[in-house]
Amino acid sequence: MALRINHGDTKTRRFIYFLRDIVPSWLSSRFFLWLFPLGFIGLFFFYPLSRILTYSFDLSVLTPENLRLTSSVLLFTLYQAFLSTLLTLIVGLPAAYLFARFDFPGKALLRALTAVPFMLPTVVVAAGFNALLGPRGWLNLGLMNVFGLEVPPVQVVGTLGAILLAHVFYNTTIVIRVVGSALLQLDPRLEAAARTLGADSRRAWWHVTLPLLRPSLLAAGILVFLFDFTSFGVILLLGGPGFATLEVETYIQALQMLNLPLAGLLSAMQLLCTLVFSVLYTRMVAKTRVQVSPRAAQYNLRRARLWREKVFVYGIGLLLVVFFILPMLALPLRSISRLEAARGQRTDVQYGLTTDYYSELFVNRRGSLFYVPPIRAALNSLGYAGLTVIFSLLMGFPAASALARPGKLERWLDPLLILPLGASAVTLGLGFIISFNRPPLRLLASPWLIPLAHTMVALPFVIRTLQPALASIPERLQDAASSLGASPFRAWLTVDWPIIWRASLAAATFAFTVSLGEFGATALLTRPEYPTIPIAIYRFLSQPGGLNYGQAMAMASMLMVLATVGILLIERLRLPGAREF
Amino acid sequence: MLELIDIHKTYENKPLLSGISFTVEAGETVCLLGASGSGKSTLLRIIAGLERPESGQVLWNGTDLASVPVHQRNFGLVFQDYALFPHLTVAENVAFGLKMQNLPPEEIKLRVTGSLEQVSLSRFADRHVTDLSGGEQQRVALARALAPRPRLLMFDEPLGALDRALRDHLLGELRGILHDSSIPAIYVTHDQEEAFAIADRIALLHDGQIVQSGTPADVFARPASGWVADFLGLGNVIEGKWLGGGRVETSLGVLEVDWGMEASRGESVALLIRPECVKLIENGIGLKGRVADVLFQKNGFRVTLENGLYFYTPAPPQVGEELSFALEAECLG
Repeated sequence: MALRINHGDTKTRRFIYFLRDIVPSWLSSRFFLWLFPLGFIGLFFFYPLSRILTYSFDLSVLTPENLRLTSSVLLFTLYQAFLSTLLTLIVGLPAAYLFARFDFPGKALLRALTAVPFMLPTVVVAAGFNALLGPRGWLNLGLMNVFGLEVPPVQVVGTLGAILLAHVFYNTTIVIRVVGSALLQLDPRLEAAARTLGADSRRAWWHVTLPLLRPSLLAAGILVFLFDFTSFGVILLLGGPGFATLEVETYIQALQMLNLPLAGLLSAMQLLCTLVFSVLYTRMVAKTRVQVSPRAAQYNLRRARLWREKVFVYGIGLLLVVFFILPMLALPLRSISRLEAARGQRTDVQYGLTTDYYSELFVNRRGSLFYVPPIRAALNSLGYAGLTVIFSLLMGFPAASALARPGKLERWLDPLLILPLGASAVTLGLGFIISFNRPPLRLLASPWLIPLAHTMVALPFVIRTLQPALASIPERLQDAASSLGASPFRAWLTVDWPIIWRASLAAATFAFTVSLGEFGATALLTRPEYPTIPIAIYRFLSQPGGLNYGQAMAMASMLMVLATVGILLIERLRLPGAREF
Repeated sequence: MLELIDIHKTYENKPLLSGISFTVEAGETVCLLGASGSGKSTLLRIIAGLERPESGQVLWNGTDLASVPVHQRNFGLVFQDYALFPHLTVAENVAFGLKMQNLPPEEIKLRVTGSLEQVSLSRFADRHVTDLSGGEQQRVALARALAPRPRLLMFDEPLGALDRALRDHLLGELRGILHDSSIPAIYVTHDQEEAFAIADRIALLHDGQIVQSGTPADVFARPASGWVADFLGLGNVIEGKWLGGGRVETSLGVLEVDWGMEASRGESVALLIRPECVKLIENGIGLKGRVADVLFQKNGFRVTLENGLYFYTPAPPQVGEELSFALEAECLG
């Protein structure tokens, strides 16, 4: 360091002391913990984001047609998100009430069942609804068979209805968890007080319960709206070409129209809206502290006794089972059932079980969608997921251990790490396309790009999984172990390691599952010769023919099994009391 | 006015209330006294209509209330920990019951002001209830229950969460308000001092039944059973065997008791020996006991003997010292 030292100058001397006393300790611990993850997020999140923003601030993009397109797309995005949210609340509120007020057999199972879709890859959900309601799905083929029809009678897939259904399927669990837990913890004596003061149960609900639930209702509503607003895979796969939200239009403009500036504008609009909704959500969450009574749950929960209570409990319970199980059941069943003539066959249709769709995945057909056997997509996906696990743990561990013992620096950096959660995967993909298409970062052709994008998507989850576990390692326990005669390594092995191991496994599973199912960023960044499982499913679904359809079902079933195993594993490893959203 | 007939209720398959009957007359304050978990609160909830008894009747002026829902009974209930509406201000809390009666806004305003004055909370009208202290919240709860002019007021351990001094102060105010409004009231507590301070009549609840009922002085003077005397802390309660003719065999020896009752020979009876009825005798020939513990208390030194008997003396004896004493025992049957 070419710093001239003048010992006579007190200011300089102070500065030297500062350097000597403060900086080294700072450098040695905190700073190095942060260097790696911050550099990563800077390069692969903030840099692409800033590139998108500079693209969209270019005045030449703001032509009348572009503005018209953007505003009509924005309007439709808001419209479908609003409708979806409304429907989700309509389905979710009775369900929340069911879980917060009644005990019934199979409750824990039903609760888990409603929660699984939230983490399932969009392609799996889309394929599930397709298997149930699509033109080649159970419902249509069944009706055609029974009534001898030539064309599928039920048109759901390809309409707004399919989009709404899938959104409700995805997000009902948010309403159940957020509103349901508020309702469960609400002091039951408040309603009792209202009733002794002359309110019938309807007015007690309206004047007391509902106002007390309002913050939770709004928080759940905004969160659902946010997810519906940024939804991509569901709209692309179930809505079809007629329905373009900001996300889908960004994808179309970037990949099909090759109009990157317009894609940038749409993406910037998306970012702006997401930011506004996120701020609203955070403010609502801050208000959701309801009057909690310690034993409220015990008084609030009861078994259904009156006949109308029984009708409510079993009615809503049955509806939830049907709604949440059918798509997930239709998919694997459809993947092993032959219900129509295979491609090119003129003979009578043979019904029955088949493993053709699975075995076909291993065949490299000339003129097929890929240059390689489709099963290669699974290998690609597993490879990408493995790399994502390694990358995100490498980035996540230092960041999480710094956050686990927060200092001044961490309080500033914490929100910075969570920001990537707010940006959509499509935005991220577009940012990568714009940023890494020229030297020195010419990465677009590189197979590393997709795992890097997946790491960016998974990192906030990984940090949030590791941080509470690392924070829960009691410093004094180590001292206690040492004072009992354990060597530092033994102390670490007996105290720290079990906690770290568990949390790492959960974080790794998280990263793995996210990567396996990631569709938005991958759709923009994928190269034809390296498809992933979701991309392969998407391509199979958008091709005609029963065999393509069957292969989509087969692959989606495989992904569903992998993802469900991952979700269940995470649930098992979750630290008790960790926050859900 | 209010009459309960043979109320039965079980909780988690265990009998909680087994045959409760009592009445509350106009302007009367009845105190239900019992240990925690004795079903006092459940009884209040049954009267309020929040819970249904498995059998038995709740009558008001002779009319069965079984088919009258909670909100039409017009019984005020002050909850333990108050259950104030956290999303409303003090005035809005008090106005709630009046709004439910669909009164015109001017009248609501007038009566809210009146109720708040009654509990000296006028300047808190626009505060949020979450900003108030425990004592202030208690008064809001009282004002809220009073405002709709209920036919009956019920209090479920209303002062349980407050410290002693504040409790005594509020108890005085409450007594004044109940007296002035002449609304019949049921007051539930496990604290006998609270009960004695506020009740016209006390009903003691034990094992799902009312074991004794009467004025505080009456209950104090003539406890109906060993349990009552023990629960109220009236003195030493010991078991004995009736030998006839007013003689009872106990662990202290054979004692002569006031012979106000007749029992069959060999029957076990409970005796009450109030601490003030134990008299020390100089080198006497009476009962003897060795001192196990001496403890200073407000009203003298509390001496506990090795046989378990306790009493108060102005001058402390030595631990281990042997004392001679005479005693008077009451037979509780």
